[in-house]
Amino acid sequence: MQRSLKKYFPLFVLPTSAAFLIAFLAPFFIGLYLSFTKFTTITNAEWVGLQNYQRALDPNDGFLGSFWFTILVVVASVITVNLFAFTIAKLLTQKLRGTNIFRTIYFMPNLIGGIVLGYTWQSMINAVLANYGTTLVADWKYGYIGLIILVNWQQVGYMMVIYIAGLQNVPTELNEAAAIDGAGRWQTLRNVTIPMIMPTITICLFLTLSSSFKMFDQNLALTDGAPMDRTQMVALNIVKTMFSQIGRQGVGQAKAVLFVIVVVAIALIQLRATRSREVEA
Amino acid sequence: MKNMKRTIALAAAATLAVGSLAACGNDEGSGDGEGSVYFLNWKPESEETYGEIAEKYTEETGVEVKVVTAASGTYEQTLQAEMTKSDAPTLFQINGPVGLVSWQNYAADLTETDFAKDLSDPGLALKGEDGKVYGVPLAVEGFGIIYNDAIMRDYFAMDGAKAASMDEINNFAKLKEVTDDMQARKADLGLDGVFASTSLATGEAWRWQTHLFNTPLYYEYEADGITDAEELKFSFNEEFKNIFDLYLTNSTVEQTLAPSKTVTDSMAEFATGKAAMVQNGNWAWSQISEVEGNSVAEEDIKFLPIYVGHEGEEKIGINVGTEAFMAVNKEASEADQQATIDFINWLFTDEDGMKYVTEDLGFIAPFKAFGDNTPSDPLAKEINRYITNDDLTAVPWVFTTMPSSKFKDDFAQLLAQYASGNLEWDAVVSGVVDNWATEKAAVGGN
Repeated sequence: MQRSLKKYFPLFVLPTSAAFLIAFLAPFFIGLYLSFTKFTTITNAEWVGLQNYQRALDPNDGFLGSFWFTILVVVASVITVNLFAFTIAKLLTQKLRGTNIFRTIYFMPNLIGGIVLGYTWQSMINAVLANYGTTLVADWKYGYIGLIILVNWQQVGYMMVIYIAGLQNVPTELNEAAAIDGAGRWQTLRNVTIPMIMPTITICLFLTLSSSFKMFDQNLALTDGAPMDRTQMVALNIVKTMFSQIGRQGVGQAKAVLFVIVVVAIALIQLRATRSREVEA
Repeated sequence: MKNMKRTIALAAAATLAVGSLAACGNDEGSGDGEGSVYFLNWKPESEETYGEIAEKYTEETGVEVKVVTAASGTYEQTLQAEMTKSDAPTLFQINGPVGLVSWQNYAADLTETDFAKDLSDPGLALKGEDGKVYGVPLAVEGFGIIYNDAIMRDYFAMDGAKAASMDEINNFAKLKEVTDDMQARKADLGLDGVFASTSLATGEAWRWQTHLFNTPLYYEYEADGITDAEELKFSFNEEFKNIFDLYLTNSTVEQTLAPSKTVTDSMAEFATGKAAMVQNGNWAWSQISEVEGNSVAEEDIKFLPIYVGHEGEEKIGINVGTEAFMAVNKEASEADQQATIDFINWLFTDEDGMKYVTEDLGFIAPFKAFGDNTPSDPLAKEINRYITNDDLTAVPWVFTTMPSSKFKDDFAQLLAQYASGNLEWDAVVSGVVDNWATEKAAVGGN
């Protein structure tokens, strides 16, 4: 059995590896190559060396600025999304009437696309700000806060579902034991519940981290970078370089490669963190 | 024997796998010598009409015409992707001289084609640095200040009106005097404001950063005797500010709220009679006529040239030109290129084709063959009136020389900040001048 498995191994993995090669590896390496060239379409590329990377990292370009803004968004949204999601999950795992309806309601915004949400929130926020004679694009802080609200609206429901699953796995005996030992609610939460759902917390943290890091459509629809590109996140910056500037496709590609490096780094840390937690739990 | 079986099984499996992959590829290629047309359309609103045209053409000539429409605002992306395929578009759009820089390698020389020679004004063609024709416009469009004549008549009939008829408004000073007075009496006229809201929401500012900017840009090129510039001086920024301030102040909304308004908002205000004037082009007709509660009569919709306070502007007409040029893919096979050229000739010279162009597509086609054939909508008629008026000089569309859409986006954001009261005008001017230089340099590869 072992022997024949080994023998037919190449045949069995052929479809998958072919698909992987065509849909992932080939585009990846073509993309890497293009980041060192000047091109309009991928068939007329011309080698220019590291020039694209130099131009991408030029402080006047706005790419580095978009990184800073992205980090601001990521920090705020990771904290708020998880805090709200955990609180709601905790409330909805109490024995209350109608928790299932509430779970459904909270989950629903997650099913709406980012573009639709972005435009909807844009008009809502503008309608509120109109009372004060101003608009979403008047100050970058409005766009920033708007983006955080939007992300919360969209992601809290999804994270809540994961937290609920985690909370339901906490054995009731532990809670009872803690109560018998005279622990208050707060102490139970801190010393029993949270340690028990640590794997869940790790997963949720990284899910929010990576999704808000790569955020694009919400950003595009809500502010499109206004005012003066100060609410522009990395993904949006890359797309704009690629498609709304002429002769800078290579620079856009170089930015995309840099972005991939950062995202991969985050993913590796995430993988390591989740693995080590699994061992502990 | 056992080995034999295995080999066959392996080969069969491999064939299956390869076959299923190959099926994803292109299997409709045109191997015959006849050639076929693949048109990558850039006007989503005309998708159906082009489908009909393609069917009709195939029926008449037997030549296959494939029409693919890029989603709104994604033409450049779609084109970049489609061009790399073996079955690439044979007919595509170039966006003016700047677009030609990026697509030069794909644009065939059209100088000797019948439709290029048939242009009513040879100056409309898109020429490369070598003087050859690489792009031909398929429609001319025009924009200016659209006004509601019924409201204007009401105003002129009022006591102490600052003018007696539209003919008196032929410069900025008069336009300002009249609209200021109208704004003061807006309640009596039943208006929210003279000008429909200055839409500055993101992606909605093209009427200002592209169209309104065209007029001062034209004056600058005229003054310097050039047709394009690596560095912009924005010499006539005061003129731009004149008219832009007028739009903002004599408007239906507070100027700080303008950055939340969209083009649809302002067209609706005009169509429902809440505003008397709106700057837009002939394509806006459908937006005006289809608005619910539309109160503007078809015969009351007229164009006024954009006056900015420039010397001698009494002789200026509306802005007429085009930014979309048809180009034929040089990389396509000879037969396909010829088929494409034949198709364009048919569309713009054959009676059936021409009927589609004026009636269904609603284009004002810039070819001699069309004569006086114009679409029947009021704004297209107005454009014809201005083009045929020899006393007025039409302002050509020089904004096609603007370096990139990034430049336009940044310009829009500067204007939005100016309207919000966060930026002084000087900062807007220096921002525009700097961005122009940076983006023009990028086009040149730096």
